[in-house]
Amino acid sequence: MAKKPIGPVRRSFAPWDDPEAVPFIEFKNVTKRFGDFTAVDNLSLKIYEREFFALLGGSGCGKTTMMRMLAGFETPTEGEIFLDGQSLAGVPPYRRPVNMMFQSYALFPHMNVEANIAFGLKQDNMPKDQIADRVAEMLRMTKLETFAKRKPHQLSGGQRQRVALARSLAKRPKVLLLDEPLGALDRKLREETQFELMNLQEELKVTFLIVTHDQEEAMTVADRIAVMNSGKIVQVATPGEIYESPNSLFVADFIGDVNLIEAKVQERSATGTRLKAVHGDYVIDSGQETDASVGDTVWYAIRPEKVRMSVGEATAGTPNTANALVWDIAYLGDMSIFHNKIGDTSMRSTVANVARTVEQPISWDDKVTLSWDGDAGVILTG
Amino acid sequence: MASASGNSIPKRSLGGWALIAVPYFWLFLFFLAPFFIVFKISLSQVAIAIPPYFPTFDLGLGLDNLIEDLKEFSVENYLFLTEDDLYWKSYLSSVMIAGISTFITLLVGYPIAYGMARTPKKWRPTLLMLVILPFWTSFLIRVYAWIGILKNEGLLNQLLLALGVIDEPLVILNTNIAVYIGIVYSYLPFLVLPLYASLEKLDETLLEAAEDLGCPPWLAFWKITLPLSIPGMIAGCFLVFIPAVGEFVIPDLLGGSDTLMIGKTLWVEFFNNRDWPVSSAVAVILLLILVIPIVLFQNQQQKMSERDG
Repeated sequence: MAKKPIGPVRRSFAPWDDPEAVPFIEFKNVTKRFGDFTAVDNLSLKIYEREFFALLGGSGCGKTTMMRMLAGFETPTEGEIFLDGQSLAGVPPYRRPVNMMFQSYALFPHMNVEANIAFGLKQDNMPKDQIADRVAEMLRMTKLETFAKRKPHQLSGGQRQRVALARSLAKRPKVLLLDEPLGALDRKLREETQFELMNLQEELKVTFLIVTHDQEEAMTVADRIAVMNSGKIVQVATPGEIYESPNSLFVADFIGDVNLIEAKVQERSATGTRLKAVHGDYVIDSGQETDASVGDTVWYAIRPEKVRMSVGEATAGTPNTANALVWDIAYLGDMSIFHNKIGDTSMRSTVANVARTVEQPISWDDKVTLSWDGDAGVILTG
Repeated sequence: MASASGNSIPKRSLGGWALIAVPYFWLFLFFLAPFFIVFKISLSQVAIAIPPYFPTFDLGLGLDNLIEDLKEFSVENYLFLTEDDLYWKSYLSSVMIAGISTFITLLVGYPIAYGMARTPKKWRPTLLMLVILPFWTSFLIRVYAWIGILKNEGLLNQLLLALGVIDEPLVILNTNIAVYIGIVYSYLPFLVLPLYASLEKLDETLLEAAEDLGCPPWLAFWKITLPLSIPGMIAGCFLVFIPAVGEFVIPDLLGGSDTLMIGKTLWVEFFNNRDWPVSSAVAVILLLILVIPIVLFQNQQQKMSERDG
């Protein structure tokens, strides 16, 4: 494990790097077809116990189908799913030690909050006093004590979301499935709830699997993220790795903002690779080795916040610098996004607005030098 | 207009008033006015005349005469209804027959509505059409058709005899069973349609959620589907019960001489005995009996809508 972790990682918790670790949930070559449409395409995935795992992707990428197969609402066309070493084939949803928080919350409208939370416990024939204790505990945990007797339609969206969460956690499932759990909440509440979810997960030590199309949400809550595209997993890694070392153009482009620079391999050496930009007259020296041969076209992906700006022209021939013209500035309050023209292509850079009253030194139509560190970006071949 | 500020009564334009006046005018013309005529007759006394009761108000004879006439009004006919046990027995029997029929209709109609709501979307319009299809034939003809099916040498008995299920024909026609069959058959669509509407609205993820929480599908039906379809069931049952209580054609054609229903009693009173005042009193009481469940239903609906905000 000589690999240096990227980004904030719970250092004590990384079972995926441990070759000895036994996966808790395992998808083995799972395919799901609906008629002619392949929703999930020969997909294998290992999720570990107590992990907070996110399935991230656009609509129709197969992430919800994955979750529904784990819950038992869909049956895989091919392949098998294992939970805690047991195959789930043929196990109906009501016998799986898995609970789901639905996107629509699916609260029972004719039952009050208490009855909703107790519903699953009653199915297990739990003694009455124990049910009452567990319900009280869940109410306290989700701060819903004062709403116990209310019906779902008498609650706000955020309260309903918490009832749904309490209901799905009441049975102490081995795995909690969260289907776009915060999609219906406004931004402030969503951010708050994300942190609550993380704390809850750590407290209960339950494996969480979240499905979301919101990359910020996935990056915030998850230990690891699987980025999905048309039924396949493109990359599985920690949020830091996904952001800083995407393995493909798709991931680089899907997560966050990125400059994708088309370049040709000019030189390969033991210490790295020299690229020549196709549009614009500058070279990139990267410490990264690549499989591409000299003359091949590759992409250099660099995040806007890793591009520095200074007024004036660069010394010709200096690697990792380019002359540019400020074309547009988007002022977002906390930072500004600069759209700079290099020839007929553009490169974005961001500047954090650290001072309140200082006038920004760079303005529209200024000639600027863009520069970056050699390892600030990654070389991608496709 | 709903955007009027606060709790103040929204101001209506003349057009607005005209619009809401239409249904009120309709109700006045075809419900309230006839009701008052019937009510007036119910307070009159029988006479051998045309029309066969008095007083008849003749505005041409002056105001004094009108006041004299008013003095002739009495509640005698209502008292008479309590004296002869035929009437309360008819009412009770009508309510019983209507109640039992409504219950059977619910038992038959629920699976139909449920099946329709569970059918793939593209088939539902066809099924709805099939439910409504019988209305395209006259009600009277359809009830007559049941005579052909239920009589001793009718289609049903022929079939059962041919199949060897029975040795001699069943006597169904001219019994209360035939009345039940007739009412259930005739009013089934009125129960299926509102029930289907409420079942179709049911969010299927609720059933998934129940299953996810450890509830097998059949139990999820009892705990989720059934309670959530109660409003549809109530609406459907009222739509069957209310007209069934006053039903005349079905007991007359399919029922026997011992089938006691208030519709038949009223008919006999009106046409055979030519006692318009008593039959009017019967009708007024019948209306009261029917209005009470309607009011109860309205209250319940209102509570529901208040509760559901």
